[in-house]
Amino acid sequence: MTIAITARDLARRFGAKYAVAGIDLDVPSAEIYGFLGPNGSGKSTTIRMLCGLLVPTRGTVTVLGHSMPKDAEILRRKLGYMTQRFSLWDDLTVAENLEFMCRVYGLDRATRRARLADRMRTYDLEGLAAQRAGTLSGGQRQRLALAAATLHDPVLLLLDEPTSAVDPQSRRDFWESLFALVARGTTILVSTHYMDEAERCHRLAILDAGRIAAEGEPKQLAHDIDATVIEIGDVDFIPARRALATLPEVRSVAQLGNRLRVLMPRDAREPVERLRAALAADNAGASVERVGASLEDVFVAATRLRAEQAAPGRAA
Amino acid sequence: MMWLARLLAVSAKEVRQLSRDRITIGLIVGIPTIQLLLFGYAINFDVRGVSTAVLDQAQTSLSRRLIGDLGATQVLGEVRQAGSERELRLLIQQGESNVGIVIPPDVERRIADGNRAVMQILVDGSQPALENVAQGLGAMPLLRRAGLPPQNRPVEILVAYNPAKRTAVQIVPALCGVILTMTMVIFTASAIVRERERGNLELLITTPVSSGELMAGKLLPYVVIGLIQTTLILALGYWLFDVPVAGSLIDLYIGALLFIAASLSLGLFISTLAQTQFQAMQMAIVTMLPSILMSGFMFPFEGMPKVAQAIAQVLPLTHFNEIIRGIALRGAALTDMRPELAKLALFLVVMLAFSIARFRKRLD
Repeated sequence: MTIAITARDLARRFGAKYAVAGIDLDVPSAEIYGFLGPNGSGKSTTIRMLCGLLVPTRGTVTVLGHSMPKDAEILRRKLGYMTQRFSLWDDLTVAENLEFMCRVYGLDRATRRARLADRMRTYDLEGLAAQRAGTLSGGQRQRLALAAATLHDPVLLLLDEPTSAVDPQSRRDFWESLFALVARGTTILVSTHYMDEAERCHRLAILDAGRIAAEGEPKQLAHDIDATVIEIGDVDFIPARRALATLPEVRSVAQLGNRLRVLMPRDAREPVERLRAALAADNAGASVERVGASLEDVFVAATRLRAEQAAPGRAA
Repeated sequence: MMWLARLLAVSAKEVRQLSRDRITIGLIVGIPTIQLLLFGYAINFDVRGVSTAVLDQAQTSLSRRLIGDLGATQVLGEVRQAGSERELRLLIQQGESNVGIVIPPDVERRIADGNRAVMQILVDGSQPALENVAQGLGAMPLLRRAGLPPQNRPVEILVAYNPAKRTAVQIVPALCGVILTMTMVIFTASAIVRERERGNLELLITTPVSSGELMAGKLLPYVVIGLIQTTLILALGYWLFDVPVAGSLIDLYIGALLFIAASLSLGLFISTLAQTQFQAMQMAIVTMLPSILMSGFMFPFEGMPKVAQAIAQVLPLTHFNEIIRGIALRGAALTDMRPELAKLALFLVVMLAFSIARFRKRLD
């Protein structure tokens, strides 16, 4: 397994605040690597440092064997970047936008024509060629942006929350396109705050407050979760929540439909019995059972628990 | 030649976007036209048909001929005869006459002497435009036409005056510089800031396009627009206000090109400071006001305090005003304008250096 991106102790400060507070990364080639994290967790800042838009405050970055930001200019030919905001030109048509990006990448006329036709077909833009980008729907814009980012056949694609303004069907299609690119050897780093998207990644880093809270394959992360997950059903929610809040080892309570999902420390002793006892007063008939962790549990365990450690007693 | 291809790609994109921005296209033609018509027609220091009182203390055939000549110009309208200096002053005081002309009893001796004023012109100081009239009268070659030797001080004017000739002739060339300042600085500043504001720049700087290619590519279309505006102003000035270009048109265009480049570099510099189009606009206005007020366009440069003169030296418009007045009005050659050209070039180089130093292909 070759490594496309390596970062060591990567940090970036804005004023007095660290947006990225020292992270280590190893992104394997030809896979989709995900950054999952809430807003402000440092996803965009990290991606911007990886493509040379921001200079790290400290730490080292090597991208495709090039040291950043020193070799940023060389890397620009091998790298495709999709910004969080649509950043092609609203007042140019789909074809004009793609044509301009081809020229900027210095493609000759014949290559330009071939790439344009190919990307229009691949990303289903053929019917939209003469339409101004400003009039496209969210999904269409996303396809155009991806087409533009792949015109020069980049080895590495950095996608910053590419699907934040896109309907579910377009998101599905978009991810199919990403897997098609990976099949051709492209490495993709994508940031998201959707759990379902995070689950599709080969590997995942959960970012929180500028740090990597957990890292690994999504399945493995769920397996290795540093928490016990318990589901409670058939309860009266208000007294149940009140009862759960009195237990110091309950780290998080979330309602899913008519069930409560409770996270407790992995080393909590007899968690099911503890909960049942706590609920006995008002919810004697409640069902309490241990379940497997979902990625959301991993996310909550990794992010919420840190906040709890900083300010104890504010779980749930 | 890859750099040229990328530069031209940026320019072509800019032109395409401009061609779709109807308001901006309108402004490119509209600003020069409207400004020229406004300034050309509305600001008019030319005064005709001024009512005049004449006190002829000499009462000789020569003095009568002088008065007749003055009356023959279109500048003076109704001419009244005053019997005494008191009556003359009263006529002006009461507003019956705006200008008083006094021909002294010893007019012939004064002419022969050649160093003393031949006549006095009294001007109603409350109407500043009339000072120009007095100046105009003073500049008229009356006495030469009367077949007399040239005089050192043919006319004594009793009010301080501003040197001004026909307004349109003075204002059209100067307006060329003002209009170019307005459009060039604002257009470039906002063209680049717009890309930053809309997030286009974040994408552009991750591509192989270099800062130099990006800036040059964005500015190139505006150089052409500036030359089009110059042509429009000169053509309108010629057709509407009868303002000819005395010197060489090529010289004038070379001067204009340098000034356009200097103005664009200022716009570029502003764009590296401003984060939003609104900020860019405000900064452009901040640089524009002193340009208009201090460059000698509105008020004579000589009359300004030392500090203002020093500031004016920094403004490209000051030097362009000199260049265009020299070439268009006085028929000077470009080579006569070397100091001004050098100052414009210096401004351009310094602004470009600042802009390139500030514009990095990064977000921080």
